[in-house]
Amino acid sequence: MFIKKYIQEIWGAVKSLLKGMRRTGYYFTHHKEIITQQYPDNRETLNLPERFKGEVVMPHDENNEHRCTGCQACELACPNGTIKVIFKNELNAEGKKKKAIDKLVYHLELCTMCNLCIEACPSDAIKMAQTFEHSVFDRNELTKILNNPGSKIMDGVE
Amino acid sequence: MEGFGEVLKMYRKTEIINDSKAPPAEGFGEADMIINVGPQHPATHGVLHLVITLNGETIKNVEPHLGYIHRSIEKMCESLSYRQFIYVTSRMDYLSAHINNHACALCVEQGLQVEIPPRAQVIRVLMDELTRIASHELWLGAMAMDLGAFTPFFHAFRERESINDIMEETCGARLTMNYMVPGGVMHDLHPSFQQRVKDFMQLYKSKVHEYDEMLTGNIIFQNRMKNVGVLSAEDAISYGCTGPTARGSGVSCDVRKLYPYEIYNTLEFDEVLETGGDSFSRYMVRVREMQQSIRIIEQLIDNIPEGDFQTKTKAVLKLPKGEFYSRVETARGELGVYIVSEGATTPYRIKFRSPGFSNLSVLNHIAKGSKLGDLVAMMGTLDLVIPDIDR
Repeated sequence: MFIKKYIQEIWGAVKSLLKGMRRTGYYFTHHKEIITQQYPDNRETLNLPERFKGEVVMPHDENNEHRCTGCQACELACPNGTIKVIFKNELNAEGKKKKAIDKLVYHLELCTMCNLCIEACPSDAIKMAQTFEHSVFDRNELTKILNNPGSKIMDGVE
Repeated sequence: MEGFGEVLKMYRKTEIINDSKAPPAEGFGEADMIINVGPQHPATHGVLHLVITLNGETIKNVEPHLGYIHRSIEKMCESLSYRQFIYVTSRMDYLSAHINNHACALCVEQGLQVEIPPRAQVIRVLMDELTRIASHELWLGAMAMDLGAFTPFFHAFRERESINDIMEETCGARLTMNYMVPGGVMHDLHPSFQQRVKDFMQLYKSKVHEYDEMLTGNIIFQNRMKNVGVLSAEDAISYGCTGPTARGSGVSCDVRKLYPYEIYNTLEFDEVLETGGDSFSRYMVRVREMQQSIRIIEQLIDNIPEGDFQTKTKAVLKLPKGEFYSRVETARGELGVYIVSEGATTPYRIKFRSPGFSNLSVLNHIAKGSKLGDLVAMMGTLDLVIPDIDR
């Protein structure tokens, strides 16, 4: 009786192991179900969804104009002090002094991609880009100025 | 699920091998030695430091040393506004980031007394359940790998990856989403969300039997899990365990059932309970919980109401003077968020009751007297996420 039970136990153990091994063997012979991606080689075909939060960028149009009014809503919304708005005084068409942004400094190294600045922006001046390969050799390169040099605000954006 | 009953039967039939659990001797004896597991150890999944007193291979005492990943999140939240502090909680229990954000959003909404649109409620519940499945998948793979089974890790991550793709498309991130905001959710659902979730559920249902074949029915796995780390229902309650850890001991503690939030009271799902109290019961609770989450998603995915996904809230949120508490069921147990407000734009004090901390505290109790090799099985089934413990 004891020997019968003993053999039964061994048989059950071997059966359960074979069952799992069959599953492994199935994938060993069915290469179509392999789902891993060859990442650095498939950079050209890699498509990230448009909502992917990679880094904050400021889109410019062909006349080198952006939509940022310098309202500082993004600066206030940011939990980490990632964005800093630096102002300059500019003369408008009537010769009056007008406040405009000089630099919109963005610290990528502090950013947590929480999307709160994009949500806070009233004029859709900034958006999230789909880049994700952010590593650089010098960390100063991570401090970015979002507006292009010589850019100005688009007409009709208040 | 078919095949599942068979496995359960197998579990009941198998004779539980009774290890000689000698009561540990008091004090530090002559033959004893101290072994440090961690802070950098692959089986602790993070910077957990366990100081283990051993007699031969028998554990006499386990002392967790915390603080290696303490970021003072509670203190940090005191200087952040009610919109900003939510993102920090994604960094606590990073595997159920959605659910943590949900708890914070609920607490702020309770203070603001805003009504959330039904569409936002359904989206939140859908995202919570997807996160729960993703978290349990990762746990399953990682725990199996700790025990020496390498293949289930890849299988679990395959399903988890398709959830991550869904999250990436709708929320814009794979792990720390920051999708819940006070008053609803940040974006509307992506147009292809419903189809992708349906595809995922089809994939999951066609693959779920593989876990049973490879793990649940495996004799080596069963022998390593059964009667290891037995936690009685009384101890689970007195140590403050919640979530699958306590439900594996037969303690009914599902916040979704007991204190329903959002639309959970209108949904049909079972609270998964196992009475064994050992590692295998905790394993079974989580595996079965994934199927309950699938059941919830099935009920909701075709019935997402139209409408707003966010209530209009003020630009600067101010909570009235008082105390607010909300609790949700994360993948690891009950997460409580306690806010003391002085009427300003930032909270006066925030306290998080994280499930991982209480679940870790029981480790010494269940590990005493067992072998060192079993400690991995116990830590694995307690499902510890170290940043959640340290905060």
